[in-house]
Amino acid sequence: MAYPADFKYTKEHEWIKADGKTATVGITSHAQESLGDIVFVELPKVGTEVTKGKTFGSVESVKAVSDLYSPASGTVTEINADLATAPESINKDAHSAWMMKISLKDSGDLESLLSSADYEKFVAEES
Amino acid sequence: MRYLPKSPADREAMLRAIGARSIDDLFSPIPAEYRLKRDLKVPRQMAESEIVDWFRERSRENADGYTSFLGAGAYYHYRPVIIDSLISRGEFLTAYTPYQAEVSQGTLQSIFEFQTMICELTGMEVANASMYDGSTAAAEAVMMAVRLTGRRSVIVARSVHPEYREVLATYAFHQGMPLSNVDFTDQGRVDLDALEKSITPETACVLIQSPNFFGTIEDVAAVADIAHKHGAMLVVSIAEAISLGIVEPPRQADVIAMEAQSFGVPLGYGGPYCGVIATKEQYVRQMPGRLVGQTTDKNGKRGFVLTLATREQHIRREKATSNICTNQALIALMANIFMTVYGKVGLRELAKQNLSKTAYAAAQLEKRATILFSGAPRFNEFVVQSSEDAREINDRLLEDKIIGGLPLKKFFPELGNASLWCCTEMTSRAVIDKAIATFATNDREAVQEVEEVAR
Amino acid sequence: MKHPTPKATRHTNQNEGLIFEKSSPGKAAWKLPPLDVPEVDVAGTLGASERRDLGNLPEVSEIEIIRHFTRLSTWNYAIDLGMYPLGSCTMKYNPRVNEVVARLDGLANAHPYQPEKLSQGALRILKTLADCLNDITGMDAITLQPAAGAHGELTGLLMVRAYHESKGAPRKKILIPDSAHGTNPATAAMVGYAVENLKSNANGMVDVAALSAQMNEDVAALMLTNPNTLGVFEQEIHKIADVMHAKGGLLYMDGANMNALVGKVRPGDFGVDVMHLNLHKTFSTPHGGGGPGSGPVAIKKILEPFLPTPVLISADDGTLGFDYNRPDSVGRVRAFYGNFGMFVRALAYIMANGPDGLRQTTEDAVLNANYIRKGLDGAYDLPYKTPTMHEVVFSDKLQAKEGVRTMDIAKRLIDYGFHPYTTAFPLIVPGALMIEPTESESREELDLFIEAMRSIAAEVEEDPAMVLGAPYTTRVSRLDETTAARKPVLRWKPAPASPQNT
Repeated sequence: MAYPADFKYTKEHEWIKADGKTATVGITSHAQESLGDIVFVELPKVGTEVTKGKTFGSVESVKAVSDLYSPASGTVTEINADLATAPESINKDAHSAWMMKISLKDSGDLESLLSSADYEKFVAEES
Repeated sequence: MRYLPKSPADREAMLRAIGARSIDDLFSPIPAEYRLKRDLKVPRQMAESEIVDWFRERSRENADGYTSFLGAGAYYHYRPVIIDSLISRGEFLTAYTPYQAEVSQGTLQSIFEFQTMICELTGMEVANASMYDGSTAAAEAVMMAVRLTGRRSVIVARSVHPEYREVLATYAFHQGMPLSNVDFTDQGRVDLDALEKSITPETACVLIQSPNFFGTIEDVAAVADIAHKHGAMLVVSIAEAISLGIVEPPRQADVIAMEAQSFGVPLGYGGPYCGVIATKEQYVRQMPGRLVGQTTDKNGKRGFVLTLATREQHIRREKATSNICTNQALIALMANIFMTVYGKVGLRELAKQNLSKTAYAAAQLEKRATILFSGAPRFNEFVVQSSEDAREINDRLLEDKIIGGLPLKKFFPELGNASLWCCTEMTSRAVIDKAIATFATNDREAVQEVEEVAR
Repeated sequence: MKHPTPKATRHTNQNEGLIFEKSSPGKAAWKLPPLDVPEVDVAGTLGASERRDLGNLPEVSEIEIIRHFTRLSTWNYAIDLGMYPLGSCTMKYNPRVNEVVARLDGLANAHPYQPEKLSQGALRILKTLADCLNDITGMDAITLQPAAGAHGELTGLLMVRAYHESKGAPRKKILIPDSAHGTNPATAAMVGYAVENLKSNANGMVDVAALSAQMNEDVAALMLTNPNTLGVFEQEIHKIADVMHAKGGLLYMDGANMNALVGKVRPGDFGVDVMHLNLHKTFSTPHGGGGPGSGPVAIKKILEPFLPTPVLISADDGTLGFDYNRPDSVGRVRAFYGNFGMFVRALAYIMANGPDGLRQTTEDAVLNANYIRKGLDGAYDLPYKTPTMHEVVFSDKLQAKEGVRTMDIAKRLIDYGFHPYTTAFPLIVPGALMIEPTESESREELDLFIEAMRSIAAEVEEDPAMVLGAPYTTRVSRLDETTAARKPVLRWKPAPASPQNT
């Protein structure tokens, strides 16, 4: 399975892993592949409110910028400081290079997201 | 037409190859009702000699043979001849924007050198590859501070060039950026008490100019303290770049917006000039304008590329840091060569000459009129106030083919009969003496007296 | 055993370093005349404001500067060397007489604040150019103040906004086709408008039905490029203008593609209310490695009150001057009057051409683009079959099968002695190759270009890996843009001092 089974996925290619009331968010390996070499990640400050389906930051390659959409609503509790100096870690392993941790407003937000099998199918259909 | 490299036979052959009967076929997409059926109302086709003659006539109608004491954001300095020799090379003049780095290393490397020298001169950590001019650079620098602080309002010193302030007002109006002014003291510097009173938690930045419009050097450190204490940024505009040769740069600024026209760019009736933004490294992603970065090719060879392009319009589109596309590359190259010619030692000597000429002129004029703002140091400009209307004084000077300082009534009516005078290394003592003699009075004996004292 | 010829690595021309690397204390390229006034006491005059240290500015001699920049120049491609087939850039010949007249003393050394009565020459240049551009565009009035195209767009939209405000409401949105240049939405945002995307129809043109559906009293203007970025003339332009005007909106035209229109048709005649020109495109002023440009904005009468200040006026006796009393003006968009040096050059270009030359220029530009379209037929995919004006857009669809994309083909084109065309734009054509030859290319040059492109197409079939590794003939090969963006090095820094260096 190309995509971790314990993650949920959005159609905008973000992943989210819930752990009770908190969740970790990143982008999928498919996303990093389409972006190419990632040079910069713009992340929200700790304490920011994020909303499901709305942008929380952006990721840049040399020639393109992509907005990042939050898979769930909540408050940012931690951001991955390593990405400031080594954004390429997303290219190396997108599923471990997490971007932000949030405290979930409503864990029900994840129910409508794609499972790893569904996401894999979605990616195959898109290309 | 001599710029068109085609013979009638070429055109025929090409039309045949395309399968068109005539060139009109290729314009058939234009609806018939719009096709122009007459010649354009432009001058008839002229020979090269006629073009030169026409412009030469215009040149003669344009203060030919006059000397000038005008400054106010545009400065007359000597332009080393190698500037034009080099920038006239077709490989610089007719080259495109260096998007394809492998065939643009000449442009890219020279911009990299330019960025470096601007950093050295301004004391900032990064500089861009130029903006349109000093006025738009100041406006863009202010918008940068607004983006960085997340605050909306801006305090602008009245001692900033009035036209720069007008430009900022135009830019700010539609961005929801309320502007307020802070006045100057009788020393010609920003009124620090007034600034302290008007700064609020909503203030994104304070914009000052140093040396300011009056030629006076601001107390940058004091202004910076006030701004920073309140969480606002300090943006400093520099209009007379030569000042950086001898005046300490505003190192406490967060963003510097410069006009580099003094560095080898002709006055040219107001343009093209060369703005630059320089700032701290941490702000680079919010800085507009092109940036050249150093890198290596696949063989490890050093090369240069346009970088951090994701800030720019062609990628971010409506979320770009600015809509700017063109920079002033050829003008920046002039400035680059100028800074290289004068260099570390020359720039200071040049600035010292400017300082000396101006100090001399001000000291002489002080005997005939009032020099305002004497309590603070100045670079190469000063404000003179007299009982006589500045325009009448200037009319008198014109009879001697001298253009006097800029009358300030239009911009600062409260200063009365004041005018702004500038002396550079190009202003000869003879002209200064003559101007001063004519300035004070139209009494010929008094004129001779001044000339003797000056000798 | 074959000994590959070592590529020279010590050639002075190829290995010119940074100017700072040649710097040495005591070298000088300057000399000032002796001071004819007493030397000022710097410390006494400036006090704490005195600068003690000029840091790492170079100290070099004149010949080193001449060699440095001359060597650097040889690493550049330029119009003087060959064609730039860049779409919408209009890289035409930069006439040298333009450079001569711009340097005439009375023009080059004119201070913008010198008295108007001593500036009649400069003002006459402004007036003559303005009159020419008004007739060329079919508009009523013009401002020459904006410094470049994007700056002109800003000025134009500011006037659009002022106009709507004068009618009671500024409105909220600007419609922009998805084929537009990036400056268009960036500018709209700067003027406080929301951008609404207008999808092109199957032919890459404005979908008039979609436009009608999206047009309402909330839309201030449509920003249109005509011909569009596919090089196609919007034949329904009349309907487009009507749709906008019927609901009180304005039609803004991005004049980047005027090279297809000058002398043949005028935007003012087909319903445009406001437009900018690019003097550095259509009117031959030099690109200079990225600028300066100049972006005059031409308008219809209804926008006249809102022109930037000051406005050029003629007195009864013919004397020219500036009018600053403009209560409804949008203000200034820059200090002084505009890029005057570019006005001189553009006017010289217009004079060298005359009405017949300008018309012939436009015809040759369109002829050249069509010739290339025919010549590359079959070698590259042509996504839109609509008639071509002055530029043509192909796609890399056929080559993509071999894993070769537009950028790779562009890099290989360098090995054939050409500058690349515009890659990856417009966005509505994935893998675009956007080609605008301009009128300055002879049939011989065009044939060479077509031959080169066809040869590359064949190379892609036979040896795609080779094409992917291009260019091979340049001083530097493909540069690492990723590291340049991840870890930007934006200035030279001196090596840290060590005991041996002192």
